[in-house]
Amino acid sequence: MIRINELSKKYEMGDNVLYALDHLSIHIKEHEFVAIIGPSGSGKSTLMNIIGCLDSPSEGKYSLNNIEVSKFNGNELAEIRNFQIGFIFQGYNLVKKLTALENVELPLIYAGIHAKERHVRAKAALESVGLSERLHHMPSELSGGQQQRVAIARALVLDPPLLLADEPTGNLDSKSEVEILNIFKELNAKGNTIVVITHDDSVAKIANRIIRLKDGKLEQESEVIEDELTTSV
Amino acid sequence: MSLLQAYKMAIKSIMNNKVRSFLTMLGVIIGVGSVITAVAFAKGSTKSITDQLSELGTELITVNISMRNSNRDVNYTDLEEFTEQNAELLAAMAPQVTGSVTLKNSDVTWSSSLIGTTEDYSKINKKGISSGRFLIDIDNTYRQKIVVLGSTIVKELYKGQNPIGKNIKINGNVFKIVGVMEETASSEKGSNDDRIFIPITTAQRLLKSSRINSYQFMATSAEVSELAGTTIENYLFKTYKSTDAYRVTNMSEMLDTLDSMTGTMMTVLGGIAAISLLVGGIGIMNIMLVSVSERTREIGIRMAIGAKRRNILLQFLIEALMVTGIGGILGIILGNLATFLIGKFDVVPSVYSVEWMVLAFGISLLVGVVFGLFPANKASKLKPIDALRYE
Repeated sequence: MIRINELSKKYEMGDNVLYALDHLSIHIKEHEFVAIIGPSGSGKSTLMNIIGCLDSPSEGKYSLNNIEVSKFNGNELAEIRNFQIGFIFQGYNLVKKLTALENVELPLIYAGIHAKERHVRAKAALESVGLSERLHHMPSELSGGQQQRVAIARALVLDPPLLLADEPTGNLDSKSEVEILNIFKELNAKGNTIVVITHDDSVAKIANRIIRLKDGKLEQESEVIEDELTTSV
Repeated sequence: MSLLQAYKMAIKSIMNNKVRSFLTMLGVIIGVGSVITAVAFAKGSTKSITDQLSELGTELITVNISMRNSNRDVNYTDLEEFTEQNAELLAAMAPQVTGSVTLKNSDVTWSSSLIGTTEDYSKINKKGISSGRFLIDIDNTYRQKIVVLGSTIVKELYKGQNPIGKNIKINGNVFKIVGVMEETASSEKGSNDDRIFIPITTAQRLLKSSRINSYQFMATSAEVSELAGTTIENYLFKTYKSTDAYRVTNMSEMLDTLDSMTGTMMTVLGGIAAISLLVGGIGIMNIMLVSVSERTREIGIRMAIGAKRRNILLQFLIEALMVTGIGGILGIILGNLATFLIGKFDVVPSVYSVEWMVLAFGISLLVGVVFGLFPANKASKLKPIDALRYE
């Protein structure tokens, strides 16, 4: 699913060259649930941006779902983001002036799907995250957990192969956190590939694999044992 | 993403910020509204002047003789002969002497203007009689002391009652009233209704002036009126040997002059319109730039979930277009309302100009494109990661 080879992202500041990612190689297979963790400054946000096709690498190769995207231009990346990736952000990133349903319809609009079908699919996506009663609520009328579920519905609505979550439970209370993580587990069980970027070990524990980053390099990769996963939640 | 979708987004965004959208539109509303009103005013006043002039007829040619730089003169008989000789060009001729007179009926006096003329005057000026008769040629031959009154005098001196057959004193001389003119200007004091008409021969005596300094001709048709004017000029030049001694005014030429004045007026108005819409456009650009930076995060979210650059560009451009388009329509409504009101309160007649409405609307859309493009382009060039990080 994700093949990252010798990938670097560098920032030049005067004479200094700062490597946010330093010749990193990561492979993530289909149906995997991977957590990428690391302290701030470890390069995990940069990695997330590159995996999410929001940013391009300086060097190296990145292929997503067998599409080599490292040299894509803005429009091509936009299309990849639209069809291949579902984003879930820490701050939910819902458009405040649109209702839950309208927010979920957005990716469908950009995918060129006409209004009737859009409506049906967005409704189904919201129902699948248990928000069928909240279709016409504005984000400000929803709790944090509900807003994040709208964001998940939006990420899922075009049925992308990869779900990319950046600190998805960072702004949530522990009850909502459990709900959101359960949704992730269910989705993974259904076959979605999920990559979660977090600094929270309890979130990382529900993944099948943890990738630790430090100073833009791989520090440690570990498999999470299945029964440890079940006992932790 | 379809255009329809972009329109829906734009409407939603405008409705979400009603007050701001309205204030943004205000520049365009006032610009378009004032253009429509100004054009209507210009066209209305031109129309009322043109109407008055064409009431006199485009066949009318006026000759004024000052005798400057010349000591010869033409007389009435010469010009009458000339008119008959040029019957294919000239249908009628009427000489005129004018003066101010005091009218008196029993104890009531009234100051008015007198016109001494001949039978053809009423034909040339298309003036009708409401009762009695107008002057006829035999009145001139016998220097009859008869008079035809304008409606103002009937109203002021006879309280509107039929004065035909009664006597009136003009500068102390007794005249018999034979006719009353039709009302043309609501019988107001000093208007075209505040006049009396007597035979020209009688008038020359009464005013103690034998010279006739004004003639009116009527061309056989509007088409030959210019040629007729030239023919008159040539004839007069033969007598006076100086172009300073007389002036020939052709009504159809005056209408042409009026037309070109209207054209100039429209150009000036167009300039003012362009400036006001430019100012409106700058206002729109300003607000759109604020809107783009306010909505940077939203732009980032839209980009993250798949919006392409042109989707964002289109969204903001169409929003600017909608603002100026709606502004343009409201401006046209406002302008037409003002046009209606100036007509209703009799300032000038209401003239609605569809061409200018279409033009004003087109220009407001153009303003939307021109001044929306920069902010929209700025929005579309944002990098998704920067836009998402924006607080």
